[in-house]
Amino acid sequence: MTSIGSTDILVSKPRNAAGNPLLQRLRGVSPSLVLAWGIIALVVLFAVAPSLFTSFNPVQGVPAEKLKAPSLIHILGTDALGRDLFARIVYGAVHSLTGAFVAVLVGLVVGTTLGLFAGAVGGLVEEAVMRVVDVLLSIPGLLLMLSIIILLGFGTVNAAIAVGITSVAGFARLSRSEVVRVRRSEYVEAAFGSGGTFLSVLWRHVLPNSLTSVLALAALQFGGAILAISTLGFLGYGAPPPTPEWGLLIAEGRNYISTAWWLTTAPGLVVVLVVLSANRISQALGKVGR
Amino acid sequence: MSTPLLSVENLSVAYKEAERYARVTHDVSFSVEPGEVVALVGESGSGKTTTAQAVIGLLPENGRIEHGAIRLNGEDIAHWTGKRFDAIRGRQISLIPQDPTSSLNPVKTIGAQVGEILRIHGERDGKAIAARVIELLARVGLSDPELRARQYPHELSGGMKQRVLIAIAIALKPQLIIADEPTSALDVTVQRRILDLIDELRRDTGTAVLLVTHDLGVAADRADRIVVLQGGRIQETGAARQLLAAPQSAYARQLLADAPSLSAGTRAARSPYPAAVIPASEDAILVENLVHDFQIDGRKNFRAVDDISFAVRRGTTHAIVGESGSGKTTTVRDVVGFGRPTSGRISIAGTDIASLKGDALRQFRQKIQLVYQNPFSSLDPRQTVFSIVEEPLRNFGRLDAAARADKVNALLERVGLPEALRQRRPRALSGGQRQRVAIARALVLDPEVVVLDEAVSALDVTVQAQILKLLDELQRERGLTYLFVSHDLAVVRQISDTVSVLQNGRQVETGPVAEVFRNPQSPYTRELIDAIPGQRSHANV
Repeated sequence: MTSIGSTDILVSKPRNAAGNPLLQRLRGVSPSLVLAWGIIALVVLFAVAPSLFTSFNPVQGVPAEKLKAPSLIHILGTDALGRDLFARIVYGAVHSLTGAFVAVLVGLVVGTTLGLFAGAVGGLVEEAVMRVVDVLLSIPGLLLMLSIIILLGFGTVNAAIAVGITSVAGFARLSRSEVVRVRRSEYVEAAFGSGGTFLSVLWRHVLPNSLTSVLALAALQFGGAILAISTLGFLGYGAPPPTPEWGLLIAEGRNYISTAWWLTTAPGLVVVLVVLSANRISQALGKVGR
Repeated sequence: MSTPLLSVENLSVAYKEAERYARVTHDVSFSVEPGEVVALVGESGSGKTTTAQAVIGLLPENGRIEHGAIRLNGEDIAHWTGKRFDAIRGRQISLIPQDPTSSLNPVKTIGAQVGEILRIHGERDGKAIAARVIELLARVGLSDPELRARQYPHELSGGMKQRVLIAIAIALKPQLIIADEPTSALDVTVQRRILDLIDELRRDTGTAVLLVTHDLGVAADRADRIVVLQGGRIQETGAARQLLAAPQSAYARQLLADAPSLSAGTRAARSPYPAAVIPASEDAILVENLVHDFQIDGRKNFRAVDDISFAVRRGTTHAIVGESGSGKTTTVRDVVGFGRPTSGRISIAGTDIASLKGDALRQFRQKIQLVYQNPFSSLDPRQTVFSIVEEPLRNFGRLDAAARADKVNALLERVGLPEALRQRRPRALSGGQRQRVAIARALVLDPEVVVLDEAVSALDVTVQAQILKLLDELQRERGLTYLFVSHDLAVVRQISDTVSVLQNGRQVETGPVAEVFRNPQSPYTRELIDAIPGQRSHANV
């Protein structure tokens, strides 16, 4: 007995035949992720071209206009010296963003390099590096940052470096665990087998295949770094006044919290939104990696 | 005519992918009579597993039955819900899964897992359950069943775990057992014992078996009837003996020709390469008294390889055969210079590799290349096909960019990879294509020796036959020496000139392939040869 199937229908009809492939693709994207990217893009624009968003001077005050509540002219009100708060937030973006960027860069480069070599070399080197990392992790973050700033001196860049160094340990641990996983894989052994030197295999195979989750951590750390830099600014360890750094704005507004609530609330909300957006993007990056 | 036990009628199953349903089986129809063994045979992607899953109501969540009927004793169960299926699963239909290592719960004892099926189907008396569990474990041939019942899965070997799964499947004396590649993950001798066990149980209880397999040899030995599937369509159905003797469809004929175990008898064994004319001084690989110890817990020594010696003349193929744990992988890792032997001498093309370190070892790698078993894990997922093959040339700074590109393209052409694939990444290639890339990578440095570590074991028979043919052609063109590691004697017979048989780290036999097959000296080799599936039917055909 021989029976052979005859029907030739390869693909059955999709249930809701939405014609436009672009629309279909957009439907798959989560709205919160779009919002997060939107907020980050807006803040980056603040940093790149602040004059597009406001005509007020962020540093020069107008004494007659002091402590005005939010209105159509000053949409987020003014501070005690009569400076427009929205303008200060817009011009402050560049300080917070570069600070966070430098901090993440320091953590990413130093931490990943340490983790990469620890994982790839193994043995005593690995032990030594990872124990130093353990020590770094055991010191409370804020204490470590303050100590480093006291050693380096105050200022935006120094604050950023301090924040970066505290995140080195996290990057080193994560990248080491990824490297150890990748190093054991057959394609890495095959690369050695076809005559790769230690450094070339590290660069061509181990690093690219370990980076996905490290990049997700970098996005997460970006949010954390903005928060940490604002904290340092708030405590007076960051940029000196009259720089409109976000943490400093919150600290300055604190003195008027009973009469001018907008001075702390507005920059505080901006920090919260940016940090949440960075976290949301990091989450999406981590998913892509998996 | 009486109603068949199982009858599948015009079954079409589709999987949902990106909002669309893509059909994977098309109007599959066959039936299973009580007590009969029917084999579903096909390569990966042929829809054989999907069909079996549909029968027992275990399609993945994104799968659905588009039309057709599955009748069990005349009742259509195709559109039953999970709850209704629960009542018949285990009692009327049961499943022996493919991978014994991942199919048992690691944190429960064997006894608890076998007892679970009795408990699910209403047995409440603890003592009765315990007694029945011991009886079942003894029935499937496990020694010391009381002890086994108290043990955890990690304390058992793969074959023993498969026996436990069979015990679970037969616990309620079902009318139909679906065996989904029940032995693919096991060594050949274990495979034979497990299949014998299933056969025996079937005779005792009159259970019908739906055997899903990619190995036509297994199907030929065990099945009454064979259903050949390709691309989700039935190509041919028929009584096993008839189908094997005179296959009607082109695909069945091809499967039959490609199956190494079935063709070995009919096709002339590999024509001997002029090995005889090459003087012994031209040994490409020389291994003398190789010993490799591993330290366990820092103190105890485990001898994985114990005094192995063989020599391979240039331009010939030497096979190393053994089951898992026989030391074959340790041996080849020492030969290619990834492992350091405890004692003994290994010389490749006149170079003693124990003396090599650092850059000298790196330079030496141009002479010997390794092709791995698994083409999915041995290629960097982030590289393109072209850059994978180009990399060895860049490592040794040979040639400039344009000459490199010419060489890589010519070689890719030679191994049969079309130009369109060159900028793809491994993910977008099939298993056979990936193994072609791995072979090209090994050959691009013009090595003298290529070590093939189970290089065709992960491939379907048809693809396997193509790759073996390619390897043979390349050997003749380039005068390559192969060291071919395999557990599959049928394949070894097809490609090798000489062979070493390993058991527990010792070399139990070595010699020319034809001689070893004709007149095996050790009982272990005899057992291995007997375990090759597809021999019973040969006697009959």
